[in-house]
Amino acid sequence: MSERATSTYPDSTEESTDEKPTRRPVTNGAQSVVRALENAGVKHLFGVQGGAIMPVYDALYDSEMTHVTMAHEQSASHAADAYGIVSGTPGVCLATSGPGATNLVTGIADANMDSDPMIALTGQVPSGMVGSDAFQETDTTGVTAPITKANYFASDTDTVGDMVGEAFAMAASGRQGPTLVDLPKDITNAPTDREPGPGRTPSTYNPRTDPDPEEVSAAATALAGAKKPVILAGGGVIKANATEQLREFAIEHEIPVVTTMPAVGAFPEDHPLSMEMAGMHGTGYANMAITHCDVMLAVGTRFDDRLTGGIDTFAPEAEIIHIDIDPAEVSKNIFADYPVIGDAGTALTRLYDAMAHEPDADEWRERCQTWKDEYPMDYQTPEDEPLKPQFVVEAFDAVTDDDTIVTTGVGQHQMWAVQYWTFKEPRTWVSSHGLGTMGYGLPAAIGARLAARDDQTIISFEGDGSFLMTLQELSVAVRDNMDITVAVLNNKYIGMVRQWQDAFFEGRHSASEYGWCPEFDKLAEAFGAKGFRVDEYDEVADTIEAALAYDGPSVIDFHIDPGANVYPMVASGAANGLFALSEDQL
Amino acid sequence: MTQGLQGPRPEERPHPEGRRNAQGKRIDPVQEAEQESRRATVSALVKHEPGVLSLVSGLFSRRQFNIESLTVGPTTVDGHARITLVVEETDAGIDQIKKQLAKLKPSIAVGELSSDAVRAELVLLKVQGHEPDKVHAITQMYEGQTLDAGPRTITVQITGDQRKIDDAVDAFRQFGIIEIARTGQTALARGDTPTTPGESPAASAESTASETQDSSNTHQ
Repeated sequence: MSERATSTYPDSTEESTDEKPTRRPVTNGAQSVVRALENAGVKHLFGVQGGAIMPVYDALYDSEMTHVTMAHEQSASHAADAYGIVSGTPGVCLATSGPGATNLVTGIADANMDSDPMIALTGQVPSGMVGSDAFQETDTTGVTAPITKANYFASDTDTVGDMVGEAFAMAASGRQGPTLVDLPKDITNAPTDREPGPGRTPSTYNPRTDPDPEEVSAAATALAGAKKPVILAGGGVIKANATEQLREFAIEHEIPVVTTMPAVGAFPEDHPLSMEMAGMHGTGYANMAITHCDVMLAVGTRFDDRLTGGIDTFAPEAEIIHIDIDPAEVSKNIFADYPVIGDAGTALTRLYDAMAHEPDADEWRERCQTWKDEYPMDYQTPEDEPLKPQFVVEAFDAVTDDDTIVTTGVGQHQMWAVQYWTFKEPRTWVSSHGLGTMGYGLPAAIGARLAARDDQTIISFEGDGSFLMTLQELSVAVRDNMDITVAVLNNKYIGMVRQWQDAFFEGRHSASEYGWCPEFDKLAEAFGAKGFRVDEYDEVADTIEAALAYDGPSVIDFHIDPGANVYPMVASGAANGLFALSEDQL
Repeated sequence: MTQGLQGPRPEERPHPEGRRNAQGKRIDPVQEAEQESRRATVSALVKHEPGVLSLVSGLFSRRQFNIESLTVGPTTVDGHARITLVVEETDAGIDQIKKQLAKLKPSIAVGELSSDAVRAELVLLKVQGHEPDKVHAITQMYEGQTLDAGPRTITVQITGDQRKIDDAVDAFRQFGIIEIARTGQTALARGDTPTTPGESPAASAESTASETQDSSNTHQ
C-alpha cells in the first residue's frame, strides 16, 4: 500500500475570506493547526510541552485559547475527556512525541470505551526521521489505531489544519469518540499561508441519524404490546443530548427506566419511574426489572459485560428494541429483535409518535415499586464503628445543588458515589466506565472545572489507591486556583480488589493493602491546597462545609471503615437476578 | 466485618425460565441453541491509503475473528483498493465483521458475496525438473502456465477456485514440490450485481474532484 492517499479536504483558499480581520495570517503548519482549533470553537486545551510539539506550542503563544499545563500527559487526556463529557464538544489534549504520546494512551483508550468526544494532537519526529527509531519516536498512529475513532498522520503542511478540522468534526459527530492527529515537526514548522477551511467529516462518513420508518413502526408495535416494558438508557442518550426526549417518552408512557453507568443523570433518580443503575453494582430493583421485563427499549448502550452479566441470563425473556447510531453495536453482544439505527433523540421522537397506545403495564409498575421496597439501598451507621463511605457521599449530596458535578476514580469509592448520590441532571456524573481507569477522578475534575459554569460545584470522590495514581495534578489545581473538592474515601486498601479477594481468593490480600499511604491532608497542604482529615461522624458535616466554602482546591481525607464493601454485587458473568446483598450470597 | 443489604436471598427470588445463546439471541427451545459457523467471502472497497491493510488485519486480530484469507489490490479508480476476505464465522459474527469493517475511516463500502460469485486464487509451484514432460502434462490438465523451466526446477502457475488449487497441489506432489506461494481468494459478484452495496462499474470508475485534488496523506 505504498501509494499516497488522496485527500478529501476542501480547497481552503475560498474560505479565507471568512477570516476575522484581527487574526494574524497563518505562516506555518503549526499556526494552521491552532487556527483549525480556533475555528472549531475550542477554548481550552490540556497538555505538556516537549521537543516535537514545540512548534504548536509556539503558535499557541499568540492564541486566545487557554492552555492548561498538566503535570502528566495521562492527566491531560483525562482532563480533555471529562471536558468533552461536561461540555458535549470535543476536549483537546496535546503531547509531544514518544513518551508524551504514549502517556496520552490511557486517556484516549478511556475516551474510546466511553465514546467521549476528544481530540489528541501529538508531536512526531521530523518526517525524514520517521521509521529510524529516532529520539522520542513512537509509531503513534499505529499504537492508537485500535483505540481511536479515527487517526491521522500529517504529511502536508498546506492541509494539516484541514486535517485537524476533520479530526475534530469526526470526534464530535455520529457516535462520538477520540481522534488523533500525529504532527511531524517539519510539517508544523514548514511555511504555509493556507488558512484551514471549516472542519468536515470525510465523504465516506455518513452515519444515519433518521431511523428507517419501518424499523420504528415495528418497534412501536412491540413496545405498545408489552406487559412488562423497561427502558434501558445508555450513555448514548446523554451523548446525543436526548435526555429530554427520554424523560418525555418514559413519563408519558409510564415505563420504568433503568440506566447504565454512563447514563447516570439521564433520568432523575428521585422520579418514581427511575429504577436507577443496573449491572454488577446496580440496584437490586434495577437488576430485577431488567431480568423480568418482556420488552426492553435499549437506547445508546453497547451492552457491556458489567451491565449484562452472563449473556445467557440477560433479560432472557425480553424482546429487545435497540436504538443506536452505530450499526455495529446492534446485535454485537445482545441480539436485537427490533434494531433502530439512528440518533437517540430523533429515534425516541419517531418512536413516541408511532406508538398507538401506551403499554398496559399497571401490574408491572407496581411490581417494580415493590422491588424498591424489597431491596432498599441502605447501610448501618453505628456510632462505635468507623465512618461509612455511603454516609460521606450522602452528606455531600445533601448540601450541594442538583447541577453539582461528581467525578471519581475507579474502585469501591466510585460505586458508593454512583449508588448513594441522587443524580438528577445529565453531564453531572463524570467517571471512567468501560476502561475502569484508576486515577481518573482528579484530572477529570480539572477538565470538568473548566467546562462547567463557575457556579457549578465540582467534587471528586477518590479512593486512596486511585488518588495516588494522579495526585500530582493537585499542583495544577493549586496553580490555577481551581475550586475543586477532593473527597478521599480512604480505607488503606485497593478496596475493590480486597473485596474480590475476600469473596473469591479466601481473603488472601495479595498486594492490596495500602498501609503506607501518605496523610492526604498534609500532602494537600504541601501542594498548596487546603487539607482536612475526618475520622468521626460528627466531623463530617462541618468539614464538608469548610471544604466547599474554601475558594480553591481542597482535599478531605476521610478515614472510612476498611471493611466496608460494595453491594449489591453481581458476580462476574453471573445472572443479574442473582445479585448478592452480602458476601455470603456470592 | 462486611455488612450487606436487606432483601430476599437469591434463591428466594423469582427467576425467569428463558435463556439466550452465545450470540445474545433468545433461545427458541425447539430450535438449535448455538449457531454453526459458515464460510463467507466479504469484499470491502477502501481508500488506497498507507496503513489500510494493517488497520483491517488489526481489526480482525483484536476482535478475534477467524480469518481464512485476505487479498488486496488497487481498482481502476485512483486511490481505491478492493480487499477480499474469506472468513469462517457464525451469521452474527459475519454481520459484525461487515459492520466493523464499514466503520473504518478508509472504508467506502462493504458487502458479502453470494455463493454464485466469481472467485479465484492463484498458486505458484516450483517443482523438481527431472520429468519436464509429465510436469507439462499436469500443468495443461489444470489449465496452468509454465513460467520458468530449467535443468533442475520448473515453476508453474495455476489459477482457479480453492478446490482446483488444492487438487493441483496434490497432483504436483509426485514431482517433489520445492517451493509454493499461494494467494488467498479474490472475488467479484456475478453479472449486474454490485460487489459492494451501491457500487457499479460506472460509479466505481468515477472519482470525485476533491478526492484527487491533493496529495496529502491520511494515514491510519
